[in-house]
Amino acid sequence: MNAIARELVGCFHCGLPLPDGARWHARIDGLERDMCCPGCAAAAQAIVDAGCDEYYATRTGFGARVEEDAAPALALFDEDGNSGEGSFTVEGIRCAACVWLVERRVLAVPGVLEATLNVSTARVQVRWDPARCKVSAILRALHAVGYTAYPYDPLRHGEQLARERRTLFRQLFVAGLSMMQVMMYAVPVYLADNVANEGTMDADMTALMGWASLLLTLPAVLYSAQPFFRGAWRDLRRGVPGMDVPVALGIGAAFGGSVVALVGGGGDLYFDSVTMFVFLLLASRYLELGARRRAAGALEALQEGLPASAQRLPRWPFERTPELVLATALRPGDTVLVAPGQAAPADGAIVEGETEVDLALLTGESRTRRMGPGDLLPGGAVNVAQPVVLRIEAAARDSTLALLVRLAGQAGQGKPAIALWADRVAAWSVVALLVLTVLVFVGWQLFDPARAWPAAIAVLVVTCPCALSLATPTALAAATDRLLRRGVLAVSPHTLETFERATHIVFDKTGTLTLGMPRLLATGVLDAPDAAWALRIAAGLEAGNPHPLAKALQAAAPGAVCAQDVSYMLGQGIEGSVDGVRYRLGSAAFVAALAGPAPLRSAEDEIAGEASVVWLGCGGHWLARFDIADDLRPEAEAVVRRFEAAGKTVVLLSGDTPQAVAALAARLGIRQAAGGQLPADKLDAVRRLQAAGAVVAMVGDGVNDAAVLGGADVSFAMGGGAPLAQLHADGVLLGDSLAPLAEAAVTARRTLRIIRQNLAWASAYNLVAIPAAAAGLLNPWLSSIGMAASSAVVVLNALRLRK
Amino acid sequence: MEALYLLIPLSLILVALALWIFFGAADSGQFEDLEGPALRVLRDDDSAGG
Repeated sequence: MNAIARELVGCFHCGLPLPDGARWHARIDGLERDMCCPGCAAAAQAIVDAGCDEYYATRTGFGARVEEDAAPALALFDEDGNSGEGSFTVEGIRCAACVWLVERRVLAVPGVLEATLNVSTARVQVRWDPARCKVSAILRALHAVGYTAYPYDPLRHGEQLARERRTLFRQLFVAGLSMMQVMMYAVPVYLADNVANEGTMDADMTALMGWASLLLTLPAVLYSAQPFFRGAWRDLRRGVPGMDVPVALGIGAAFGGSVVALVGGGGDLYFDSVTMFVFLLLASRYLELGARRRAAGALEALQEGLPASAQRLPRWPFERTPELVLATALRPGDTVLVAPGQAAPADGAIVEGETEVDLALLTGESRTRRMGPGDLLPGGAVNVAQPVVLRIEAAARDSTLALLVRLAGQAGQGKPAIALWADRVAAWSVVALLVLTVLVFVGWQLFDPARAWPAAIAVLVVTCPCALSLATPTALAAATDRLLRRGVLAVSPHTLETFERATHIVFDKTGTLTLGMPRLLATGVLDAPDAAWALRIAAGLEAGNPHPLAKALQAAAPGAVCAQDVSYMLGQGIEGSVDGVRYRLGSAAFVAALAGPAPLRSAEDEIAGEASVVWLGCGGHWLARFDIADDLRPEAEAVVRRFEAAGKTVVLLSGDTPQAVAALAARLGIRQAAGGQLPADKLDAVRRLQAAGAVVAMVGDGVNDAAVLGGADVSFAMGGGAPLAQLHADGVLLGDSLAPLAEAAVTARRTLRIIRQNLAWASAYNLVAIPAAAAGLLNPWLSSIGMAASSAVVVLNALRLRK
Repeated sequence: MEALYLLIPLSLILVALALWIFFGAADSGQFEDLEGPALRVLRDDDSAGG
């Protein structure tokens, strides 16, 4: 355990050797530790900052090398900050009205062309005209409306969210304590008010109860209700009413009215209503913030689309000492070394070396492709065989991968109509409520001025948007929480709603319906003693080889022998000796050179199906054959059946060859399938479906799916897939299994049913309560019970979803 | 009934005490990690920390 720390000579975080003159450090547990790269240093600092330095004391292995690099990335942001596009983290987003306000304010800045706020990540995506607007202008504008905003920075962002949550937790606790205690004073007064018990409590005692209630309500109003007052003040200053305005008015009016009544010795006391109101609203906000924080945390963990650093060879070909640089610092003409297992940091042409590359991330194609000098290697392609030297053709940010990112980003900009509708309704209902309150007040002034204030207060307290404003967020928060525990991260607020309405479920093939990595399907024993023996030899030869086929053999083998003199023949196979016997593992032709003429049945078997066949042979003998293929996920068929049973159309779109796609579709019974689809083709296909009136849910995993994930009405990305795809999806299947998707469909249906029940109940309650309050029929204990019951019903109904 | 003249102020003091204890606990970071302690208690080794 702790031995790791003591024997350490390399990077304290990832254990890799330190480059000469390493200058990165992090203070861990009071000691200055060496770090191999800025990424590791940043990660270590984040671990310490999060209070998790215990990780270093209890870990049993090194952390993975961190490629992310926060600080220089931020500097880069300043450098080309005026590119006309950027993300800003916004603190203090609470409701649909805030979203609307932030977007509106940013759009009002001269030169801003587009602003879309992602509520789940509390980030606003802005596009502006560099000639007429600067980053600072946008930040200033947001600051002026009371939102703290800054260029997006993951470390600081996490800190801000945590602080917000800590404060909210304290406010919630104070409000809860205050509510319980005030209720204990209020109930006896209500009981004594009852006709049967008339006069059982003397005036002194009632006053004592009232003053005690006042004292206990003070912390709830002065401390716990701060977020509402602040929000309301901000809204009023801007002249844009949000949900906070009637909430703050209700609290203020009920509290002020009660104080006046208590001091003046006449009138109704609403202290219990005030505290309960504050507590319930804070509770729903706390639930929401918790769900949002977890979603943001999971998202930030996924943000490693592009490799952040590269090994540049500044004096190649005269000297080949690599230096570590940021991928973003690469310029066309630079030469970089791409070691096996690494991804190309930017588009470039191979100038030295010959290798096999895995383009699955970019094209969805599951087989590796052979490349040599002169071939163009797209950024993001993973080198799986030999080290190669690359001459960079385009800066990293202009590389293919970056272009895909941008394409996906654009597709994701449009907001679903339902979200826009909710924004508008929120703003209007607030205005309507305020107008109604004023009307009630004026109306009573004309008839019976003495009852004007109590009636206006009653309208604000009783109809306060409590039940209505709790109806949707509590249900969504409870559902999000349930899904998260079942392995589905719902990122966008509309995910569940749109998923329920979806008519078409579009699947990607490689990595989504299939496992995405080759697996050993069958071992054919020829002259070998048994399959396990053959596998041990094969795994020994392939030890340490990052090639997907090699990994499949290593994973399937019961153990490996030690092989010597291993040499790799590009695109053919591998040769090595075990216990003095030479073995060859690879294509039939390659093995035939050592083992003699191939067995007869090989020729037709090799092309059968999608499987790649790897042969093992030694001098004069063919030992075994291994059928390796990207296999179906075990749960894929059941999931497809369930969606079809639910009346949804299942579609298969893949970048793989049409034959392979058709074969898979036939196996799963999917009638609509298309192969050879480029990212743009997939997006077109989805757009065509949408134009025909379909609501499309897309499930994918690769970087090539990012655009179509963004373009679909609702989308899910596989947890084991490309981070970029996850970033552009509305949901992520964390467990890297399709099964939770069927679960999500069920949860979506239940959630919407519960939201409808909640809205119906809240509307019915308000329809009865508003006229009653306006007519002055409600006394305080009736309105308290009404309020408590309406909110409690909504919250309890929503909590049913968590089970 | 007269007992209430004592009990109600007493309950106010109790609430104040509860708030004071809660803020003390929150300041000392007891609510920062509500899941970790449940895991740490099962850890075999008795190394310091946590």
